[in-house]
Amino acid sequence: MDAAIIKYNAGNVFSVECALRRIGAEAIVTDDPEVITRAPRVIFPGVGEASSAMAHLREHHLDSVIKSLQCPVLGICIGMQLLCKHSQEGDTDCIGIFDLPVLRFDNSDTPELKIPQMGWNTISVTPGSFVPAECDKRFAYFVHSYYVPLNMHTSAVTDYIIPYSAALQKDNFYATQFHPEKSGDTGETILKKFMEL
Amino acid sequence: MLAKRIIPCLDVKDGMTVKGVNFLNLRSAGDPVELGRRYSEEGADELVYLDITASYEGRKTFVDIVRRVAQAINIPFTVGGGIGSVYDVDTLLGNGADKVSVNSAALKRPGLIDEIARHFGNQVCVVAIDARFTDGKWVCYLKGGRERTDRTLQEWAHEAQERGAGEILFTSMDHDGTRNGYACDALADLHDRLQIPVIASGGCGCAAHIADAFKLGKADAALAAGIFHFGDTDIPSLKQYLRTQGLPVRL
Repeated sequence: MDAAIIKYNAGNVFSVECALRRIGAEAIVTDDPEVITRAPRVIFPGVGEASSAMAHLREHHLDSVIKSLQCPVLGICIGMQLLCKHSQEGDTDCIGIFDLPVLRFDNSDTPELKIPQMGWNTISVTPGSFVPAECDKRFAYFVHSYYVPLNMHTSAVTDYIIPYSAALQKDNFYATQFHPEKSGDTGETILKKFMEL
Repeated sequence: MLAKRIIPCLDVKDGMTVKGVNFLNLRSAGDPVELGRRYSEEGADELVYLDITASYEGRKTFVDIVRRVAQAINIPFTVGGGIGSVYDVDTLLGNGADKVSVNSAALKRPGLIDEIARHFGNQVCVVAIDARFTDGKWVCYLKGGRERTDRTLQEWAHEAQERGAGEILFTSMDHDGTRNGYACDALADLHDRLQIPVIASGGCGCAAHIADAFKLGKADAALAAGIFHFGDTDIPSLKQYLRTQGLPVRL
């Protein structure tokens, strides 16, 4: 087993499992704290709403399990947002690996830019990022209404309404706001890189 | 910059794609999974699979296809056709679909949209609307256009948005199959009324029609079937063309 994918009430873990299989990695989908803790890598995916996802994680004690992980961890979309400190979505206290807020897009000055952002947008990779430099200026697939502002942990930037974090990294924690499992060849390049960390 | 999306649509009946498919290099042109893989590799931004099977056995086949598509392609895909309950949605998402498209069942029971949005999030719920310009207004139709309703396109699209739709897929029945271009005026009007993305559908005959749907119709995405299936254009040349028209596309 190359990675554990955390199973919870937010989203489509099957897509992540399929994406890993396409790059030749074996993943196990689980909510068993023991399996997660022993895994060489952990992926924390997600599609959904922050407060109900957090409530589910707390109920199953997965929040503390995630916080204590020493192996490389990849948060995806809502998974990335839940690794932050607080989300405006449902006024939710999150896991807090990244001491950052998650804010709702405000399009009052640009009503033609719709919320959620849905579709393919370009990313700019920052120096030292886990996102391979070859992915710079390439497109990734985003679906979200909330965002993480630019900060010292930002490892890729994108722009929709304002520039914000497309990816984050700190110690053994990595995260993408976009869905690498749905981002074509660019996404597969990023997943392969994560599996080599 | 957010790219304008190009979405090939595949109609699936009893496990096979329908509408004569004319790819010379495709070993099994009728296999929806192979065709989806081909479009994905060519640069499609999303795919839509519509199940037009009526039988129960055919439905089970479709779920199996959804699972194989999820395994084969690395871009998002939407599935639709006959979805009437949260249970149907759960089955399709569980087998790897990213979004579902609801049509007749939502018109008959609008609460279905609220249920899907509440269980799975707004981004999962695409509301497909078939409408025809009748007696001076855009009227919604049920069952693939066979049954007229008393709802207008604008009013129903707005209600769908308020109930939690993530996108509106608008097909003009007047334009569908004509290959004379999309209903750009109605699309632009929808864009201005709604806060959620609008997907243009019906009438595409050439690349210029797609450019019009984006420029004149202000659409966020364009869906087409025939021009891709029959090989009139391929996705890379279409996107090159759109780029020369100043439109943001993923290349």
